[in-house]
Amino acid sequence: MDMPIAQRTVVINNPQGLHARPAEMFARLALKFDSEIEVIRESLRVDAKSILHVLTLGAAQGTELVLHARGADAEAALEALSRLVDSDFTADETLSQGSQG
Amino acid sequence: MKFIDFVSREAIRTSVEVDDKEQVIRSMATALLESGKIDKDQHDSIVEAILKREELGSTGIGRGVAVPHTKHPSVSELVGTVAVSADGVDFDSLDGEKVHLLFLLVSPPDRPGDHLRALENISRQLRDETFCRFLKQSKTPADVWQLLEEADNNQFV
Repeated sequence: MDMPIAQRTVVINNPQGLHARPAEMFARLALKFDSEIEVIRESLRVDAKSILHVLTLGAAQGTELVLHARGADAEAALEALSRLVDSDFTADETLSQGSQG
Repeated sequence: MKFIDFVSREAIRTSVEVDDKEQVIRSMATALLESGKIDKDQHDSIVEAILKREELGSTGIGRGVAVPHTKHPSVSELVGTVAVSADGVDFDSLDGEKVHLLFLLVSPPDRPGDHLRALENISRQLRDETFCRFLKQSKTPADVWQLLEEADNNQFV
């Protein structure tokens, strides 16, 4: 059975980089989707649904990341995740707080 | 960044017996105070800032690990410590597991890069299941320090 595949490139823009709070927001949002989602930085490929994994990217401001999803909701997942990154982690759909922390 | 670059050896605590998030954070900050890494008159302010940060979202990052942290103007370099709890602490982690291993970090507000590199190092090393398990089973601060040194020397990855 062929599963839909989606891929997008995003850039981390917030000055603090992808630190604990954004990583948590990112993983928490990724968990809402059934698709397998990976985040790729150069040769590093990690599970988007694990904060521990996302933090290993050490993504500072300006880092380019490739999001790769495979599953029925792949496109929707990457749409939501790239919107979160593009908003500098203020457009979290699960919580109303800001991006500090 | 290596563990020995930011973990204060004298502030490592094992057999932590408190089971509540606030208490464990407070005791770790006290350990930093006792090892001379933070000022006495800043202790409460640092604890409060870390607890406030936890309110935004738990720093329990999964696998029984938490990284409570804050920026604080009273420190001039990144300081950190490690605590091990055999019984585990309720931390509202994303995966629902109790936390047995904590890395507490206090960083100067103008050095976000150092903080990010410390988080990157902690999470990368803890992805190794053996290292993570050994750390949680540590009985003495000396055991923890030895494991951190071994990890720094790439003996786990």
